Formats: sequence, C-alpha cells, structure tokens
Amino acid sequence: MEIKFNEEALATVNKIIARYPQGKHKSALLPILHIAQAEFGGWLSPETMDYVASILNIKPIEVYEVASFYSMFNLKPVGKCLLEVCRTSSCWTRGAEDVVKHIEKRLNIKEGETTKDGMFTLKTVECLGSCGTAPMLQCGASYHENLTMEKVDALIEEYRAANKQRSYTDLDYKNTL
Amino acid sequence: MGKKLLIHNDKVPNIHTLQVYREHGGYASVEKALKSMTPNDVVEEVKKSGLRGRGGAGFPTGMKWSFLAKPEGVERYLVCNADESEPGTFKDRYLMEKIPHALIEGMITSSYALGAKTSYIYIRGEYFYVARILEKAIEEAYAAGLLGKNILGTDFSHDCYVQVGGGAYICGEETALLESLEGKRGNPRIKPPFPAIAGLYGCPTVVNNVETIAAVCPIVMMGGDEYAKIGVGRSTGTKLISASGHINKPGVYEIELGLPVEEFIYSDEYCGGIINGRKLKAVIAGGSSVPILPAELILKNDKGEPRLMTYESLSEGGFATGTMLGSGGFMVYDETTSIVKNLYTLARFYHHESCGQCSPCREGTGWMEKILHRIVEGHGKPSDIDLLWDIQRKIEGNTICPLGDAAAWPVASAIRHFRAEFEEYINNPSKIKDVKHYYSVNQLAGA
Repeated sequence: MEIKFNEEALATVNKIIARYPQGKHKSALLPILHIAQAEFGGWLSPETMDYVASILNIKPIEVYEVASFYSMFNLKPVGKCLLEVCRTSSCWTRGAEDVVKHIEKRLNIKEGETTKDGMFTLKTVECLGSCGTAPMLQCGASYHENLTMEKVDALIEEYRAANKQRSYTDLDYKNTL
Repeated sequence: MGKKLLIHNDKVPNIHTLQVYREHGGYASVEKALKSMTPNDVVEEVKKSGLRGRGGAGFPTGMKWSFLAKPEGVERYLVCNADESEPGTFKDRYLMEKIPHALIEGMITSSYALGAKTSYIYIRGEYFYVARILEKAIEEAYAAGLLGKNILGTDFSHDCYVQVGGGAYICGEETALLESLEGKRGNPRIKPPFPAIAGLYGCPTVVNNVETIAAVCPIVMMGGDEYAKIGVGRSTGTKLISASGHINKPGVYEIELGLPVEEFIYSDEYCGGIINGRKLKAVIAGGSSVPILPAELILKNDKGEPRLMTYESLSEGGFATGTMLGSGGFMVYDETTSIVKNLYTLARFYHHESCGQCSPCREGTGWMEKILHRIVEGHGKPSDIDLLWDIQRKIEGNTICPLGDAAAWPVASAIRHFRAEFEEYINNPSKIKDVKHYYSVNQLAGA
C-alpha cells in the first residue's frame, strides 16, 4: 500500500491545519492521525506515522509519542471490524462480561485477538459514555447499545456480509441513544 | 415536575437543525448579548447566577471567567471540555447529540463575554459521530451569519472549531486537554500558571464543560438573579444527571438542584426505582471518582435528614459519610451487586487511564488493580485490605492532577463502607467463586 493521502483526504487535512494559528499546526496531529489510520488499513505503521510527520513538518518521534499515548490509535494491524466492548462499571453491572464471552465463543478468538480471515478483532475498552444504554460496543463510528446476544449475532453477520473496513471517521454511523 | 432549561426541547423533531432550533427560541441569547449587553454585563449575569462548573469540580463559573487575563494584543481562547469520559457520565453526549446548537449558541455568547475570537470544542475521540453532528451545526451557524465575521451585523467576529481527541480519560483534566489540543500527549501541566493566565498556546484561556457553556444561554435570557432562584443555597439552577446501573429507567434527566435523592431514584419521572423491585445497595452519585455510599447514607445523611441533589447536601459529613455531586454520573447498584468486583472494574479503569507522569498514580493504580484482581479471583490475603488502604492514602494528594485522588477515593470509600464484603471474599473464597455478580444480558432483556 502506498502511504500517500488521496486528493480528498489531503483537502480535509489542509482544512484541519487551517483551524489553528500560524505556527501551531502541530495541533492538527490527532485529527490527522485519525484520518491516516482510516486511510491506511486501520492502523498506524511506522511508515504511516513518518508520513504524517512529514506532512506536519515535525519530527517522527513527536508522532510516535502521541500515537502511543492514545488508546484509539492501533500500533499493530487489526481486523476490518474492531469490536470494542465497554467493560467499566455500568456496562459490567448489565452484562458486559457475557457480551465478551459470547463474541469470543462465536468468533473463536480471545480478547485482543483477530479472526484468521482478518475480519474481526475483539478488544475490551474503558467507559465510552454509553452507561445508560449498557451493555454496548463500538465499531468504527457506530455505537451499538442495549446489546443482547441476538443483536450481537446479527451485527456480526451484517459486518461479515458487508466485508468492509470500519473507521472512526466513517460518515455512516449508527447510534441508538 | 421541575423546571428545565437545557433539554426541555429534546423530544422536538429535528431540533438538531438550525431552523427548528431557532423556531423554539434558539440563538436568542446571542442576539440579546451582542446587541444589548457589554461583554462585562454577560460576565456579571453569570456571576449573579451562581452557576458552578458542571464537569465535576463545581467551581463558580463567573469567578473562573473573571480570572481571565486580558493583556493587550494577546489572543484569548474559550475551550469547551467535551471529553466526557468519567464512568457513569453521558449527559454531554446527550445534549450535543440531541441539541447541538445549544452548545454552539453557548460558545458564541460565552466567547463574546470573554472576548475570544476563536474557540475550540475538544470532544473525546470515541464520540466521533457526535463531532460530525456538531460540525454540521457549526456549518449551519456560519451560513446564517451566527459565526464568522461581524456576527448579526455587530463588530463581534468569532470562529468555532471541533477537535477530536484520541481516547484518553486524562484529557478531561483541563491542562491535559490543552496539551492534547496542541498535538501532544495528554500529560497535565503543573499549576500555576493556571489556564486563565497561560492556557492554549500560552495565551489566556477559559476551559468550561459542555453543560456549563450551554447554561450560559438561559442565564443571559432570564438574568442571573432569576436563575439563582432555582435550586437550594449555593447550588443554583438545573443540572443534567445521567443515571445508569440497576434502575428501571436509565437515561439523562434535567433536575432542579435540591431534588431529594430518594425521589430521583424511586419516582417514575426519573429513575423509576430498582430493577425487578430489588433493594438498593449503593450509589455512586457523581461519576466513578466520587465516594460510593451505601443505601442508608445516600438517602439520608448521618443526621437522618434526607439527602438532596445539591453540591452541599451530597457532601455533608465529609468523606466519612458523604460524597460529591461531581459530574452527575449517577450509578445505582442493587442488592445483588458485588461491591468488590465493581471496584475492581473501576481500579482497572484508573490504571488504564493514568498518564504515567507521577509515580504514586502510575504505580499505585497498577498495584490496586492487581490486588483487587487477586481478591476477586479468590486469592486475596487478610493483609490486602490494609494494603489497599495504605496505597490509596499514598496516592491521594500526591500527584500533579486530580486523577490520583479520583483513583484513590473509590477504593477508600468501598473499604470504609463495605469492609465486611472484602473480608468475606478473602475468608471464604470458595463461597464467592462461580457466583455471578451481575445481571446476564438476556435476564435484563426479559425484564
């Protein structure tokens, strides 16, 4: 994969950089990393991070230290659909552990692993602000809330059939709040 | 039914659009402030209103605003803290998602008061889709001349941008948020200097929570004195409470401060009581960081008086018998809940979210998680309870930012009020093994 933004992505990047005062373009780093992660396979390879550094004219280490700090940036490859199940208090009280176990069994992977076909990665995450609609999982930009095992099964089928990468920056999102 | 000022229109179809929002009186505060008030007038009304920061700390907003330095020729910034990450808290998400213009209106009016030409809304990365909703609202506001140059034909010009974070609880701390907004790791800064003197890009900056900024609009419209009549004592106005856990009606509720806690939990207007008619065991009233209280202490204080939803009433008795209103993340636990296992999920959270800058927090949160893990797995030692107590004592007050305290308080309060449960886990591990400490999903779906 060539690590270079297409014209559309580049236009968005330039629009973001223009939000900040002259010389403060480093502020654009997090938003651009999100775009880079979506554009280049769902994770940030060292090549991707170096490319982002070159765009912002900052040192690669400034990108690495930021990418490694925030939990939404994947520093290793993940499946096309990263299933992020919230497990903190309110979700836990309403059965988040069941959801994790169910997905593990259904996809035959453990938490943190990716299915052999590269379709799904299962991750447990901390509070996503969906406590009133617990249990929940996030995949890309979508929040899937008030989960039941049936809903989880249907979601997995839907995603498998669509066979496409899900990113936080996706414009088509679902939410049920 | 209490007065509602923030989300009274949340069920109106298409209230997220500018047109419908304006049809329901939206942007009147921008009109009023820019055309008939000086910036200082707005600050004075906010001071009179008694509005206190709705993010959790409860610091008087008018006072925070009056600290803002105003050196000649230096930019000033308003930054909205929409990094809502405190477990149990989802009120800002609700407000932004349902009525995005309520925040944008507040940003413009507040920026006018502060003399800020530029403002940023820093929103947690996981809320990416909410950021899209806000961006759409901002676009509409620009097109209608409510943002940009010479707003509504006045001298005031303003630009507002949305910035997405990367998934870090710590960025809800205002100086960590500013670091993150500058494109760095979210490590909190040493204070002083406070952001009011040196904030974003070293310029004077006010950082306010979403709900705080939205509340400025009704304050400008009704006047600070009128706003201050709502509520009790120094807890004025209305507050968004996000209720979750073992209740019949989880969700976001706008209450008048002063509502009795018991009414909030059991009234059908709010939480609607405990699931399956079970007994209330405990409540975390203001987001995961505030002390957990057993049923008898959350409903009544140690003097036997009913506890009210106010900053003062909830904190009555100090940490020995009280707690805090915090962010309004109201988590309810019924009689089946294992306090120890629940605490383990919180300790794991704080360990995950510690930025790693200060040793007591970085190391201590990890130790607390490990010790709690071995207790819930049935390998706890009798000395573990005192060890946990000792560790949390050594974190509290010894870190740059309040995350350390936030990690310590849940542990301290759980031991203080539920010590017997820890002992039970440690003395009878076989008894607790294989016991399910939470509702299964299908059990709830059938409920």
